[in-house]
Amino acid sequence: MSERLVELEVLRYNPETDGEPHFQRYSVTCEDECVVLDALNHVKETLDTTLSYRWSCHMAVCGSCGMMINGEPKLACKSFLRDYEGVIRVEPLAHFPIERDLVTVIDDFMEKLARVKPYLIPKREKPVSEGEYRQTPAQLKKFKQYTMCINCMLCYAACPEYGLIPKFIGPAAIALAHRYNQDSRDGGRDEREEQIATTEGVWECSFVGACSEVCPEHVDPAGALQQVKIASTVDWYKEHLMPWLKK
Amino acid sequence: MAQEVTRRPYLREVPRARWFFRHPRYLRYMARELSCVFIGAYTLLLVAGLKRLSEGQAAYEAFLDSLGAPASVAFHVIALGFALYHSVTWFNLTPKALPVQVGEDFLPARVIAGAHYAAWALLSAAILFFAGAF
Repeated sequence: MSERLVELEVLRYNPETDGEPHFQRYSVTCEDECVVLDALNHVKETLDTTLSYRWSCHMAVCGSCGMMINGEPKLACKSFLRDYEGVIRVEPLAHFPIERDLVTVIDDFMEKLARVKPYLIPKREKPVSEGEYRQTPAQLKKFKQYTMCINCMLCYAACPEYGLIPKFIGPAAIALAHRYNQDSRDGGRDEREEQIATTEGVWECSFVGACSEVCPEHVDPAGALQQVKIASTVDWYKEHLMPWLKK
Repeated sequence: MAQEVTRRPYLREVPRARWFFRHPRYLRYMARELSCVFIGAYTLLLVAGLKRLSEGQAAYEAFLDSLGAPASVAFHVIALGFALYHSVTWFNLTPKALPVQVGEDFLPARVIAGAHYAAWALLSAAILFFAGAF
């Protein structure tokens, strides 16, 4: 098994001693098939136990290890060292406040996620004795892609709108709202539209498309946001030009 | 007893005028946004042309002559480039905004984008027809 010497340049920030973040260099030897997360683990085990970062599954499922690798939002567990040349620069996810080293404060995203009610709100509650809420394969396929979101927040780090206008609800939360709006078993669309069919919802999005380019799960949040824009526009016309359609 | 942890999150400001140099995708986006300036300017030129037309034949012919000036030709070439860039990038994005599900599967992206290109060609041909080009 061949090995390589990896040079990492990691952004460090200790809130108790540092006025601002600074870069620190580490050199570690890693196997060729290792990922950036392995290199960070190697640094923490052998060189510097104070290095802080989030990770859990090491298989692109948990969404914890999102960070900027050479300026791109990436999952550290999915970024192979062999794909990089020279020094690899590792920074915390852009647009989020830094808690410590590579750990960011994600409260803003968590609050926005809760606001869009990303769960099934049945049209009609029914007792278990009446059986399941059934769905055809076609109805499932309509939203399945959006269920792949792992809340890694790479899309927020890629989105310039979110960086410049932090009140923007942002790609992942709106894509998840869309996922439930598209679900044939759901009846919560009106409640979610109050949040997402607004200025700080979809209308803050100018379709840069970066969110979909960096998404490690191919959720295509940019597509979801454009579909929400169209649906919200149709709603407006129905309400103002065809009031007789109102229930 | 554990020592109390001090929280002092550090927010890195986004440079307001330089963020789009971070990656080529942001430059491509800004180019699409910038295209509106040239398309808008071309629209104003058309309005100016209409005004000259309303002023009579001599005024309109002078306007047509002025379009042949090197600066005018350069502007038209640049505006055409931006208009094409805007149209092509926009049509290529339409499958994201307008997915069409037939039965279980979604129509391939090229069908949705292709339909937009076809409508573009048809409408352009219709306008040229009514303008007497054929």
